[in-house]
Amino acid sequence: MIVVKNLHKSFGDVKAVNGVSFEARDGEITGLLGPNGAGKTTTLRMLYSLLPPDEGEIRIDGLDPTRDAMEIKRTLGVVPDSRGLYSRLTARENITYYGELHGMSRDAIRERIAELTTTLDMSDFIERRTEGFSQGQRVKVAIARAMVHQPQTVLMDEPSNGLDVMSTRALRHYVLSLKEAGHSVVLSTHIMQEVAALCDRIVIIAKGEVAADGTASELLERSGCDSLEDAFVELIGSEEGLLA
Amino acid sequence: MSGLTTVFRKEVRENIRDRRALFNSLLLGPLLFPLLFVGMMWFLESAERERAEKTLELPVIGAQYAPSLIRFLEQQGTVILPEPEDPEELVRSQEVPVVLRILPEYPEKWEEGLPAPVEVISDPSRQESNAPIRRVKSLLYGYGQQIGSLRLQLRGVSPQLASPIMIKDVDLSTPKSRAILAVIFLPYVLMITAFTGATHLAMDTTAGEKERKSLEPLLINPVPRWQIMTGKMITTMVFAMASLALTLVSFRIVLPYMPVGAFGMDLTLGLATLLKILLIISPVAILAAALLTLLASFAKSYREAQSYMGLVILIPMIPSLIFMANPIKAETWMMAVPLFSQNLLIGEIIRGESVSLAWYGLSIASTLAIGLVLAALAANLYNRPKLIFSTS
Repeated sequence: MIVVKNLHKSFGDVKAVNGVSFEARDGEITGLLGPNGAGKTTTLRMLYSLLPPDEGEIRIDGLDPTRDAMEIKRTLGVVPDSRGLYSRLTARENITYYGELHGMSRDAIRERIAELTTTLDMSDFIERRTEGFSQGQRVKVAIARAMVHQPQTVLMDEPSNGLDVMSTRALRHYVLSLKEAGHSVVLSTHIMQEVAALCDRIVIIAKGEVAADGTASELLERSGCDSLEDAFVELIGSEEGLLA
Repeated sequence: MSGLTTVFRKEVRENIRDRRALFNSLLLGPLLFPLLFVGMMWFLESAERERAEKTLELPVIGAQYAPSLIRFLEQQGTVILPEPEDPEELVRSQEVPVVLRILPEYPEKWEEGLPAPVEVISDPSRQESNAPIRRVKSLLYGYGQQIGSLRLQLRGVSPQLASPIMIKDVDLSTPKSRAILAVIFLPYVLMITAFTGATHLAMDTTAGEKERKSLEPLLINPVPRWQIMTGKMITTMVFAMASLALTLVSFRIVLPYMPVGAFGMDLTLGLATLLKILLIISPVAILAAALLTLLASFAKSYREAQSYMGLVILIPMIPSLIFMANPIKAETWMMAVPLFSQNLLIGEIIRGESVSLAWYGLSIASTLAIGLVLAALAANLYNRPKLIFSTS
């Protein structure tokens, strides 16, 4: 469960996030939807305590990232926009590294990797060095790495970026399974179909502010549009950033 | 601390698989420098020998004025060449190192018993002409002495009266202390190796990680940032240290192939000496790893980091360059200056001098202290969000 209230963050004169508030409940998938540069990544970075907010409040299962950074990091699984795998290590070694950084035992890591290899269908490449992996394989390893310690809350920044149809399908399937298992999932995206297919709640962010917030049908109703795409344009008041 | 060791183990594993890291840290220094050293010694030694043993060829102007001098020179093995057109130009263009000119008034002065003038035309600023100049001058001097003694004897005076002082050389230098070149070159090489051995890893583990965008996910793990940075720095230090140890071992292997008795050198580098040198230089590896990590952490990419490194690699050269230009005697305060102290101490060890333990202690402690301060700065650098993100 994530509660964000009135979040602000500026870099110099640029106000990247300007009063963002939303909630992400357990057993739900919350989508942060917005054009490029709307402040999604900055918001996520504040959630996973890499950036301190200038103002506002964040609670993840009651913990505050500015004060309980270490605790929060233990309960979070993060798949950042940049996958950042180590190309000279195998997929297994990449995942093991993160397991060890989370203080897991060798056996626990091995068991967990076996589990994830099945769920994410990684058995073909789990022992290979990640150099030359396809985008789909990379995302799978990045997800396995983020999930190795079985976090309650999962944050994904543009998870389907650069994925082909099959990989996107597999990813969606996995994200839905997380929801079934009662995790709280937050994903940022600028892809409309993804939101429509996955998200229980949608938070539309534009220019650092929340333009609208609700379920898909609520957003359609409020904007008076037939499609989510039209609703999006209507709610943020421009077509800027949609052509990505 | 388990985070620190995890990072360390991963960095070692990853970099052992990196051909660039292995090449830079474990091959370049240890292989290149000793070979360079031996090659240089061979070259200097053979050039020196050649110049000393080669027949002296001497163009002479006005040979007709001093036939007895010419005869003397020829008896001493000198080949007299015919009078050149423009002797000054010949020397300036380095075609010959020395030209001897016997002036027209030579015979007249000689008859009167006055000093007869000859000119030695040369350019002593050219290193390679020093040996021939010395040889020509000593021949002329010898001839002058011989004639002078004869003249005194003719007048019934003992030539000994003209030599009031007799100089005898008592040479106290041991073969080791003559190893000037090694004394300058070995510390120089080791100092550079400490830096080159650390450079690639310092950049790869910081700027490289940022460039590959793996730094951000790494920092989301529940491990304090100083532990992550320290784990990385320790890896860098270990590689720098390995680089140093291998360089020393390779010197040890290569030294027997040095020209025999080159510069009167007796440099065997026993195991005890090697360990002593390694002990002295180890703090430099720590200093280098910390300094380079600190600098590379500011860079956004490996390339940007490389551009800083070009300047940093000059730092370890400074002491050696100073000592080359101006050899100074080691004093206690110098032991507190990193890089200088190691240079001096390794010089003393090679020379076979005994060095007081206090000097060792001071050198190690001062370098280590500065290294640790830099390491502490570097360790906390990634607490600044600005340095984590390469794009925002």
